[in-house]
Amino acid sequence: MAKQRNDYENSWFPRLQRWIAQGGTRLSDQMTEELSEASDAHRVLSAEDVARREVEQAVHQLEIQEHEAALYERAHQWGRTKGAKLIRAFYAVLAVLMCVSVIAVLLTTVSNLPSFGGENNPINNEVSQRYIEKGLQETGAVNIVAGMILDYRAFDTLGESHVLFIAACAVMILLRLSDSGDPRQLSRERMEAEANDRLYEPKNDIILQRVAGILVPIIMLFGVYVLFNGHLGPGGGFSGGAVIGAGLILYLNAYGFAATERFFTIKTFRAVSFIALAFYALAKSYSFFCGANHLNSGIGLGTPGDIFSSGLILYLNIAVGMVVACTMYAFYTLFRKGDM
Amino acid sequence: MGNLFNNYEEACAIILFGIGFTTLLLHRNMIKKIIGFSMMDSAIYLFLAAKGYIAGRKAPIVVSVSVTALMLALTVRLYRRYHTLDIDEITMQARREEA
Repeated sequence: MAKQRNDYENSWFPRLQRWIAQGGTRLSDQMTEELSEASDAHRVLSAEDVARREVEQAVHQLEIQEHEAALYERAHQWGRTKGAKLIRAFYAVLAVLMCVSVIAVLLTTVSNLPSFGGENNPINNEVSQRYIEKGLQETGAVNIVAGMILDYRAFDTLGESHVLFIAACAVMILLRLSDSGDPRQLSRERMEAEANDRLYEPKNDIILQRVAGILVPIIMLFGVYVLFNGHLGPGGGFSGGAVIGAGLILYLNAYGFAATERFFTIKTFRAVSFIALAFYALAKSYSFFCGANHLNSGIGLGTPGDIFSSGLILYLNIAVGMVVACTMYAFYTLFRKGDM
Repeated sequence: MGNLFNNYEEACAIILFGIGFTTLLLHRNMIKKIIGFSMMDSAIYLFLAAKGYIAGRKAPIVVSVSVTALMLALTVRLYRRYHTLDIDEITMQARREEA
């Protein structure tokens, strides 16, 4: 049954119909009345009237503003004193209660999980068995972990490298100081940052420089070794890149920005990250495409155990390592000085 | 409850997670909040590592590093703007500016 409105005659549609039927010229009686009333009251306004009315309005406005300011101030005072304490206590109790209940729920779940380290746990299923049994044969990598993260799950590692790169970009957006526009002149922010850097960071510390002079080459070599050895033993792109980044940071700490800016500026960061990520994406796309369509990709697996073996894994490790090293160094310099 | 003491590593991870969560909620200092968040992160990795104990996996540290760096960068910006690390103070100042 359709719903019937009680005052259908006065709703907008019949009124529109009536208005159209009357030729669309006449206003309703009420509107005419309003108009005539208004015209009566506002017919003649002297300059005095206008001025008085404006003053009244201004006073009224001021009163409203004062009232609001007082209310706001009171609310703030309340928040600073008694109310703040009350709310904080209430909030702390609630927070602790919530955390305890979350922990209780999770611990109940843990008590129902299969026991720790058991051989027949569901996590120890045919997937990991296949990785262990066929990993060497299918990827050519002696290190099963490298075979997993850079061959079976290479897409996941590509995403992780991008997470790092995007994080570095975001930190750069947030922390990089503005340029003055003139390349020869530093902006005020930059000069302040330089002054702070000179004040708080070690400059030309002879002990640090001697030790760094011995350690940095060794650290770099070790990083390169870990990077190149990722498919043969423990290591790989992430760890090797982190070691190289640490070496760069030590060098920067010992010799200052003047020394590192000779070979590592923001342009280097951009170029290296871009080339590494693009190479990773292109190489892995090619390999995925060939694999999915049963084409011969022309990438041999080589002899397991050789340095040039296991297909793309070595090159992908190098690409990931370069991204990681650049990102670590970028994080450090951006947090320290706001520039690279 | 039977398996709780057998699964002591997972239980440890969960308790660490809870401590991190409480830190995140209770402290008003942004840096301490970030520390709590990192603790929650590590607890999850500990949990995953404990679960995959036989399979032997690699801990995905990358995302954690990125998230921490991003949060610290935001904190540095906030400190430069408001000269405080207290989140209530920052909110109040921001509201006052809006009003």
